[in-house]
Amino acid sequence: MVDLLFYVFAAVVLGGGIGVVLARSPVGSLLFMLATLFAMAGIFVLFEAHFLAAIQVMVYAGAIMVLFLFVIMLLNLGHDFRKDFTHGAGMIAAFAVAGLLAGLLARQLRGTGDHPLYAFFPGPEGMDALLAERGAVGAIAHPLFTDYVVAFELTGILLLMALVGAIAIAKQRV
Amino acid sequence: MHELSSTAFVISSSIKVFLVFSISLALVAYMTLAERKVSGFIQDRLGPNRAGKFGLLQPIADGIKNFLKEETMPATANRFFFVLAPMLAIIPAVVTIAVIPFAAPLPTPWGVVDMVVADLPIGILYILALSSLGVYGLFLAGWASNNKYALLGGVRSSSQMVSYEVALGLSLIPVFMLAGNVTLTEIVWQQQMLGMWYLVPLSLAFLLFVISAFAETNRLPFDLPEAESELVTGYHTEYSAMKFSMFFIAEYSHILTASALMATLFLGGWSIPFWSGDHMFWYQGMLISGFGADGLPVAATPAWWITLLTLVSFALKTAFFILVFIWVRWTLPRFRYDQVMHLGWKVMLPVALAYVMIVAATILVLDQVGVEGFLFGAVLTVVSLICTMVFVFVVDRDRIISGTTDDPGANARPRSPVPSGAGVRRVLPAGARASSEL
Repeated sequence: MVDLLFYVFAAVVLGGGIGVVLARSPVGSLLFMLATLFAMAGIFVLFEAHFLAAIQVMVYAGAIMVLFLFVIMLLNLGHDFRKDFTHGAGMIAAFAVAGLLAGLLARQLRGTGDHPLYAFFPGPEGMDALLAERGAVGAIAHPLFTDYVVAFELTGILLLMALVGAIAIAKQRV
Repeated sequence: MHELSSTAFVISSSIKVFLVFSISLALVAYMTLAERKVSGFIQDRLGPNRAGKFGLLQPIADGIKNFLKEETMPATANRFFFVLAPMLAIIPAVVTIAVIPFAAPLPTPWGVVDMVVADLPIGILYILALSSLGVYGLFLAGWASNNKYALLGGVRSSSQMVSYEVALGLSLIPVFMLAGNVTLTEIVWQQQMLGMWYLVPLSLAFLLFVISAFAETNRLPFDLPEAESELVTGYHTEYSAMKFSMFFIAEYSHILTASALMATLFLGGWSIPFWSGDHMFWYQGMLISGFGADGLPVAATPAWWITLLTLVSFALKTAFFILVFIWVRWTLPRFRYDQVMHLGWKVMLPVALAYVMIVAATILVLDQVGVEGFLFGAVLTVVSLICTMVFVFVVDRDRIISGTTDDPGANARPRSPVPSGAGVRRVLPAGARASSEL
């Protein structure tokens, strides 16, 4: 059952990803992206990462994608975005990102399973015990605010800096 | 009393899914009747009274009418998205009810059945996540209609829902801190253990949650997305027949879920006040009714009549909030768009953040001092009451309605004298500045 669900979700993730690139209208791309994010959340649930799944849908699908939708609607369409990636700096950037992703994918496929992050996954039984003990939020909050509190706070400061920077740049243009 | 076997779990879950889904849709149908009846009462008229006794068959007549009406399709609409939008609106609205516990566990010969469709470990986060997707239906409807009023309605709905989602989420954090978990069954249990509904120790959180819930369900005074005096009917202007009906069902399902959620989070859910016989919670695979003096869990004795009584209790609480939704519709006039944004970002968000800090500090101090039980709740009640009074004093509708976002001087203006006498509607001052419409 879990295997079957995984393949269903994986198919939606891949199909959605291809759809994002191939869709004619930006709104279509966005809806495919939404399907991808949703199926990713489904895969997180299969890994017993319920909290991550909820946050994935809430933050990415429910908030960030809505802002994308906003930008797409208000800039209103007609503009062929594909041209941005067929020449000049856009093309170089596109190739660079594609190369980077291909490299990461190759490394993952060649990997032997001893990825450093695997050490943190306690397995299905371990996750069940953790959920029973601390709840879905506590299971992620406890290590976040004890073992990784410095990294967590630094990430927060980084995001704040990005936010302030974005506002400063946007202000200058108005 | 034991848990269900996996086969019994599948069967009981299927039955629960079927029952909860059909009953909630029937409730939605009759909420439209309730809305029209209560509206009629408030406006001193009869409301629907032709179809059946008291108009009880009116929802059925409406349903048949909507099925038989002509489906219109605007010539310039984007066909695919135009058809997809009502589906995207209705699905998140009807699935969110699944995690809300609606009665005490029911004992059956095959084990104890939880009276909740899915007791997910993420509980309320599931509701927040899925209801945040509801905005796509409204936005796509507005965009695909290729109509400027519909587009304005869609843009308004998405900006409003994104804005108030933040305040909604933050208003729940005090509840999580007090309950220690996000599952709704545990929130009900912790309210039973504390001996008071969270409405009392977290009054400001309740107030913020109610305001945000009104904005999230697009109900008056926040029904900007379909403001009929400005935008025809906003995002569903171009829709007819059953597709229009689906938006309607979505809106009422949201109201139903929001009401049930308020009842669960702040009014003890299905628990019956001043009675400990309904205390039940799954603790380490055992249904307990509390902890004895020695700290050991005491087994609970579920019974069918307890389930029935708690179901009635839950239904009454939910019905009360549905009534409040309808009541407010005929009490408060609609906000102007800039006022909605001002309230969401500059009032609700900072207040919710400050309140989270205050509650967290209070809980920390009480834990350090070692206060427990009733005194714990009493101290929080006092702290929250002070916060609520300050909030209500500062966020006076009179000031919000007459002030504008970019003119601090307007806020300092003395209040307009309110004419005495009941039923006098307060109107916008003639000099109110033109709103910066989206």
